[in-house]
Parts: sequence; structure tokens; C-alpha cells
Amino acid sequence: MRYNYIVILSVFFLATSCRKDVAVFMNEDIPVEQPSADGFAGFYLLNEGNMGSNKSTLDFFDYKTGIYQRNIYAAVNPAIPKEMGDVGNDMRIYGSRLYAVINASNKVEVMNAKTAKRIGQIDIPNCRYIKFDKEFAYVTSYAGPIEINPNYTQKGYVAKIDTATLTIVDKCIVGFQPDDLEISDGKIYVANSGGYMGAGNTEKYERTVSVIDLATFREDKRIDVAYNLHHIKADNRGDIWVTSRGDYKQLPSRLFFIDKMQQKVTDTLPIAVSNFYLDGDSLYTYSTEWSYVTYSNVITYGIINTKTREIVTAAFISDGTDKTIEIPYGIMVNPLTKDIYVTDAGNYVSPGVLYCFDRNGKKKWSVRTGDIPAHFALLP
Amino acid sequence: MLFPAFRKVLSAALSIFVCAQLIAQQDADTTIVRSDTGRIKLLSAVTVSALTHKEVIPAQKLSGEEIGRLNSFSVADAMRYFAGVQVKDYGGIGGLKTVDMRSMGTNHMGVFYDGIQVGNAQNGQIDLGRFSMDNIESISLYNGQKSDIFQPARDFGSAGTIYLRSRRPSFDSLTSSHFKGVLKTGSFDLINPSLLWERKLNDKLNFSFSSEYLNSSGKYKFRYKRVFERSGNTAWDTTAVRQNGDIEAQRVEAGLYGNIKRGVWNVKAYFYNSGRGIPGAIVNNVWKRAQRQWDRNFFIQGSFQKNIIPKYDVQLNAKYANDYMRYLNPDTTLLYIDNNFHQQEWYASIANKYSIAKNVDISLSTDFQYNTLTSNLDGFVFPKRFTSLVALATAGEIGRIKLQASILGTFVNESIKSGSNGGGNVALAAPGKQEFTPAIFLSYKPFYRKEFNIRAFYKKIFRMPTFNDLYYTDIGNISLRPEFTHQFNLGFQYTRTPLNSILKRWQLQADVYYNRVTDKIIAVPKGSGMYRWMMMNIGLVEIRGVDAVSDQSFQLFPDAVFHLRATYTYQQAQDFTTRRNPDLQTETWGGQIPYIPWHSASLITGIQYKSWNLNYSYIYTGERYHNSANIPENYEQPWYTSDVSVVKNLKLKKRTSYKISAEINNLFDQDYEVVLNYPMPKRNYKIILSVEL
Repeated sequence: MRYNYIVILSVFFLATSCRKDVAVFMNEDIPVEQPSADGFAGFYLLNEGNMGSNKSTLDFFDYKTGIYQRNIYAAVNPAIPKEMGDVGNDMRIYGSRLYAVINASNKVEVMNAKTAKRIGQIDIPNCRYIKFDKEFAYVTSYAGPIEINPNYTQKGYVAKIDTATLTIVDKCIVGFQPDDLEISDGKIYVANSGGYMGAGNTEKYERTVSVIDLATFREDKRIDVAYNLHHIKADNRGDIWVTSRGDYKQLPSRLFFIDKMQQKVTDTLPIAVSNFYLDGDSLYTYSTEWSYVTYSNVITYGIINTKTREIVTAAFISDGTDKTIEIPYGIMVNPLTKDIYVTDAGNYVSPGVLYCFDRNGKKKWSVRTGDIPAHFALLP
Repeated sequence: MLFPAFRKVLSAALSIFVCAQLIAQQDADTTIVRSDTGRIKLLSAVTVSALTHKEVIPAQKLSGEEIGRLNSFSVADAMRYFAGVQVKDYGGIGGLKTVDMRSMGTNHMGVFYDGIQVGNAQNGQIDLGRFSMDNIESISLYNGQKSDIFQPARDFGSAGTIYLRSRRPSFDSLTSSHFKGVLKTGSFDLINPSLLWERKLNDKLNFSFSSEYLNSSGKYKFRYKRVFERSGNTAWDTTAVRQNGDIEAQRVEAGLYGNIKRGVWNVKAYFYNSGRGIPGAIVNNVWKRAQRQWDRNFFIQGSFQKNIIPKYDVQLNAKYANDYMRYLNPDTTLLYIDNNFHQQEWYASIANKYSIAKNVDISLSTDFQYNTLTSNLDGFVFPKRFTSLVALATAGEIGRIKLQASILGTFVNESIKSGSNGGGNVALAAPGKQEFTPAIFLSYKPFYRKEFNIRAFYKKIFRMPTFNDLYYTDIGNISLRPEFTHQFNLGFQYTRTPLNSILKRWQLQADVYYNRVTDKIIAVPKGSGMYRWMMMNIGLVEIRGVDAVSDQSFQLFPDAVFHLRATYTYQQAQDFTTRRNPDLQTETWGGQIPYIPWHSASLITGIQYKSWNLNYSYIYTGERYHNSANIPENYEQPWYTSDVSVVKNLKLKKRTSYKISAEINNLFDQDYEVVLNYPMPKRNYKIILSVEL
């Protein structure tokens, strides 16, 4: 009896699986379409990862092979502790480099654009978005100097970074919680959100675009737009398109047009826009807004002609896939093939999906991504 | 008839638990009928087991010596040794530790401290890391509910319950006061003195005072390492010191314990005050955080129980609790937050039990509870909740079958004061709710001579959406429904004693179960950007599991006793939440829910040789995923830790005893995480000096 028991116990403990040293995560390669030789080399997709998960990951789609390489950062950079970081918020290719703004890791990760091999990092607390001009990168950050007057407030800033040395050479204070920025005709336009300020009181949201003179790197003026601004983009004529998130209550999200000559809002498009992508004169938009009537997200899509400032269509996905997308989160259009890429971030805590639609809005393929697939960068 | 004899036994054997004594007294007349060989033993040992005499399904229980064998610092640490329980441990002495029973979620667990539930209307989470083991005498865990119908209605109201019992004063005829001083020190710069003073005021009244101070830097070394898959060579290897895990806490408790004719009463006050750092997730480029939290918990509770007329018993319970919490994020790179939350709870209960026949009892319990929450949070709505609970229960024995059935009615009404919950509309209170939920427990003893019992239960119960779920600015959703659990359980217990000259006692219990969690409250992304969420009743989880506990004692030599307790848990807890996107649903459908291992096990062993004790305990948590998408990115390694301790007992004078113990935890220095990005301590040490007079 006693021995039986000991035998049972030993067998049990032997049967339980043991730990091994954790291996560096190797990317998974998934063929998704036929190889195509001309055009772009590929694109990167930055997955944000939920805050605190440290699961911001990088995927790469290779047009030349038609293979989707999921989660390549650790495989390319096996010696980097804790991989790429926490919450990837923006990503761009400039010159031969790939820059990823990793918000909750307080850094901009700088990589070789062709290989994703790490070159270095720029430490910027609570960094948000990045743009480039000449030899400088400009990054918005929420974490400016603190003022206690009498309440605690903290303005944001734009950091000017020398891309040769990866060091911050100057800072320009802007509004509260600046998000996206754009550079057009010698000026930096910064969409101030005031996101931390307005949560309890709509009046406290920012409602301006800061205009910074590139030459002096000082804030010239503010353009009044609407509460809680987010994305900003210059069209082919240098005019500025800016989105507002609204206050998530009564005020809906909207799209605004700033005339660059008049330096003020001259047009408001009556559609909600969460994010957009400009291809030629076509601004592809989508929006997710919570409805307190149906207790669900209301999702809309659209294309706007930036020349005529008219809504061309209220849908660019034609095969019904749009009905199943839970949270559209990232968008890109291939300028040559006009293929449309849309990501679904799902529930934010489990993997998302990347959809590729042809120019007619028919699904070509889809692939599982990392958590919260969000930001694209086309590799020439 | 038996009464005088029973008393004699009691006085001879020292009554340890006044409460137990009463229950035993009440049961005295039926005892003769049911007396078996084990019964006499129970009495002479006078343990709380006397209470469990009518239990259909006994608890899993750790008490006395067994607790002493564990190097557990907090109740949460000890909970890891129960079958079917998973502890989410964010690491360190001050780190959050929540307990999940049979994968139903931490909100479904009721925690009772000295008989009355510890509430948290704000988020439903009880941090068992806060409850120090210093003054805890026993921990009992019940799946479903305590198998005792004579209890407040609230005791019927959880999917699983933990009863923590603090030490109660008891005196033999020679002593009238006890003093105990303990000092714990060791890794994490721990300084943890505690004092206990007990006094016999008169024959019918005892007093107890207990206090504790805790100070720790919370600093510990942890290590992350990655290797190349093929070669096994190190890719990176980093050891760092956990920062911002410091804690300072004080606890004071005082109680009066009285005996009256055919009854007992007690009153207890509890105060806990703490300030701590929140160490946070370790992510790339951020290895230190600045968030802080302060907690102040006070409660006063009283209980009164009396046998009014021969077949009728009444029990009164009341409590007032006042909890304050402040959260500060002073990190200048993030949103500055300085929020405070203040909760109050008023609670009263009356339970009646009547024996309608020799073997059949019925009970009716009525509870009233009032909760409020205030905060300086922007847009806060100041919710108030009035809950009434009515439970009707019966317990009986028909031959070798024991049966217990109960139905609980819960009636909830809420109101709010002002503000806006972030919705498009003017803030409203959640609509009133009423639910009727049944439970039925059965046990059958098929062989007259063998201590072998087959048991089964079904229970349907729910958890209310918390104040945060309903009203938290921007996230709360007043249209939430309660989250339901449905439990089906079948198992057995077998006890043999003595087996042979070496194996003195063997008890085995095992259960298989199927649970279903419906209308599970889950945060879903809302709108776009900035991580905005909304609480929704969309989840569905099915759990199939097996729990097994085996307890045995060996007499190795005349002076040496060896105890071994082993548990094993298998759980398949699958996420069947329907999703809008079929492509996404395929990733999570049927996946094992986050942090629930398929296999987990524990071992507690101890050798007692004269005045020496050598203890070893072991925890095994098998592979898990941190998300229902069971993909390689979400895989979590198994972990297993071994803790050892050596204890020497010294008795210097007649009434003074000393105890010195040395503990090593995580003996094999495993680097592991229970929760993603929350590294656990490497090997650590503790020394405990204790004096009792």
C-alpha cells in the first residue's frame, strides 16, 4: 500500500513537464500571396501591444516572396533584453532607417530599414508620433515641464533629434498632450489633444494645432480647430487635414481642413475619423465610435477627395468583411497596386488580423498579427 | 443526558474554540445516534472539526501544525496549497495577490474573516496578500458553500468561500493570560514584529489583542534570460533589483469573546494601515516605477449565537467597515493621478435554525447590507447599494445519505448622487436586481464500516457587477447584468486510520467538476485610441477539472512523525466567448483562459523529531498561456518552487516556550513569473523568533 502510493507520487512528478531555458522568439513565416517582383520591397507592421504587456512586435510582409513574417524583432535582434518594448505608437521609414516610437518604453527604436537590425534608441518619455525633415527627426511627447498653478499640469513638447547622432538637440513646448504632427512648407503642425486634461471635463481638452516655424523651432501660433485633436496630414497641395476625437460624449469625432495660406480651419467634413491614409488625392478613412444607444461600436469607412473636399464613397470594403471587423486600427494603401490594408485590433489583448483588399475592396488575404496591429511603413 | 459528560470532556480537554463548543453542545443530543469511533476522538482533541459534524462536503483545510509547516507570509501564499486554487501573484511582500477558485474568477470568491465576509464593493477583489499569517489559526476552503445551513445568508452567496479564522483565546484552569511575541526578519529588508496578548477576564469572558508591524524595502533580485533555440547559448541574461516594492503596514486587532448560557458572543475590531509602492510591470527600457498606494481598513464586527429553546437556535451578526484607498501616480512622464476612494459597509444578519425532526434542520437567514463609495475622481457618481438577502435552507440525514439544499434570494437596489459616468446621457443608477439561486449538496456513505463518502453538488450563483464595473468614469456600464456561475461536482472522500505500523493515517479526497461562467463581465475596447474600454456581459467560460488531496501521517520512529499532504489539480478552462470577427474567434475559441495551468500540484511535508521540525513544501504550476489565444507568443513556462524550514522548539521555564525557525524559500533559485512581466524573487531567507508565555 505504502509503496504503491510512493510509486504513484513519483510517476506524477516525473510526468509533469519541466521548465527549459526560454528561447529567443523566432518569427513565423506565412505565405499569403504570390510573389511580385516590381514595386515595393515590402512593408512593416507595428503591433502596439496592450500597456504593460511589453508585447509591441514587428511584422514584415515581403512582396518579393509573398511571405508574411510575423514577430521578427527578437529573431533579428536576439541580444536585446525585453525585446522591442511596450506600446508601439508610431513607425516610419526615413532614408535607410526604420524608426518606431515605443510609447510606454519611453524611446524611439532606430533600426536598419532593410533588415530591422537595431541601430540605437532615442530616450523620450511618453513619446507619441514622429516626422522628419532634412537631417532631423521630430517627435511629440506628452512629458513636458511640470507646472503646479495651482493644479498639476504638464504641457507637451516636440523634440528635435539629430538623426546622425540620435540625440535631442532642441525642444519646443506646445499644448497639452500633443499627438500627431506634420511638416509642410517650412512649418511643423502639431495636433494638441489635451487627452489627460479633458477626461472629466470637455472644456479642458485642447482644441488647437500648434504651428512651429522649422527654422527657429519656436511655436509661432495656434490654430483653433476642435476639442481633442489626433491625426494630422498635409495633402499634395500642402493643406492640412486634422482629425478630432471629440469628447466621447456629446461631441463626435470630425475631420477638419486647414488652409495653409489662411492658417485657419476653412472646412469641416461631417464624418467621424479615427485614422486615415492619404494616397494621391484620396484620403482613406475609418472611424470607430461608441454608441450609448446600442452599446456597441459604430464603425464607418470612407474615401475623401482632398482636392474637392468631398466624400467620394462611404465604403471601400465591398465584400462584407467590414461587417465582421471588430476594431479597425491601422490602414495603408499601396500606391502602385492600390491594395488596401486594414487591421482589426479585436479585443486589444489577443492577436489581431491584417486584411489585404484589392482596389475594388475584395478581400485578397488575411493573416494573424501581433496584439493591436496598428502602424504601417512601406519599404521602397 | 450526554450533556454533563460532554462538559467533563470539554473541561478536561481545554475548550479551544468557544464557538465550536456551542455547536458541539447543540449537536450533543444527536451525537449519540450518530456516534462512531471517530466521534470520541474529535471531542478529546477538541478541534473546530466538531463544527463539521453535519458537513455534507467537508472543507479543504489548513490549520495549526500544517500552517506551521508552510513558509507562508500571507494567506495568499498559503492558498497555493489548496487544490483547485490559482493565486495570481504580482511578486514581493507588498505585491497584489488574488485568488481564483476553479477558474471562475477572483470576483466569485467570498472571503470570510472570523465569520463575516470581507467586502469590496468597489472592485470585488480581496487582496489576500494583505492578510498576514501571523494571527491566522486556520484557513478553510469550500467549493460551493460551507456545508452548514446555520449561517448568514451572505455565506450562501459566493461560488466558493474561504474562511480565515484568527487565533481565539482559550485558557486552561492554571493560566489566565497568554503572551506571544514574534519577530520575523530576512530578505527584502524585512522587519516584522508582532504581539499577541490574551487575558481571561472572568469565567465567561476572554479578551484578545493582537498587533503587527511590517516594514520591507521590497527589494529583491530577479533575473531574465533568453537562449538561442538551437545552440542553447545565452542570447541575453539580465539580473536586476526589483524597485518600488516597499511597504510599511500596521495591523491592530482586539476582540472580546464571551460565553452565556447556551450561547456565545464575540466582538472584534480590526485596523490595518499601509503605504506601499506599486512595483509595476518590467518592460523594455522601464525597470522602475513610481506609483504608490495607501490603504486604511477598519472594521468592527460582532456575533451572537444562542440556543433559545431546545430545538431553536439563533445567530446574529453585524459589521461596520470603513475602507480608504489612495492611489498616486507621481510619474512626471505619465498622466498625473491622485485619486482616493472611500468605501463604507453596514451589515446585519439574523439566522434561525429549527430542528423539525431528529435528523432534519431548517434555517432561515436574512441579511441587510448597505455599501457606499465616494471618490475625488472626475465625474464620479457616488453610488450606494442596498442589498437584502434571504436564504432558506434545510439539512437532513436519511440513512446513509446526507442532504442539504438552499435557495438564496438577493435583492439589490442602487442609487447615485451626482456626476456623469461618461455616457452620452445623464448618469443613472443601475436598475434594481433580484435573483433566486439554488444549491443542493448530497453525500452518501455506501459502506457502513468504511469512512468512504461519495458527494455531489450543484450550485448556481452570481456575482454582482462591482461599483467599478457599473460606474467607473467612462468605463462603467450601468446596464450590466450579474455574472453567473453554474457548478456541478462529483467526488469522494476516503479516510483510513490506522493503516499499519508506519502509515498512521491516510485521507484521500477527489472531485471532478464542470463549471460554466455565463454573462462574464469583460472589458471591451470602446471607440478608438487611448485605450478606452467598456464593461460588457459577453464572456462565456467552461471549466472541466479534477481536484485531489491526499493527506497522510507516518510514524517513522517512536519520536519521529512524518506528515505528507499532496494536492493535484487538473483544469481545462476554455474561453467560448462569441466574437464578431470569425477570424479572431478562431484564435481564442476553446482556448485555455489566461493564467490557468492545465496541471498544478503542491506538496507539504514535515518531519517532527522531538523538539525539531524539518519542513519542506513544493508548488508546481504547469504551462499556461497569458491569453485565450494559445499561441507561442502567449506561452508561459511552468514554474515550481521548493521551500524548506527548520524549527527548534525550546521550553525553558514551565510556561515559557521559545521557537526559532529558519526558512529558505525558492530553494533552487528558480527565475519565474506568475504574471507576465512581474518577476518573482530569487532564493530568499527568513528567520523567525517567537516567544510564548
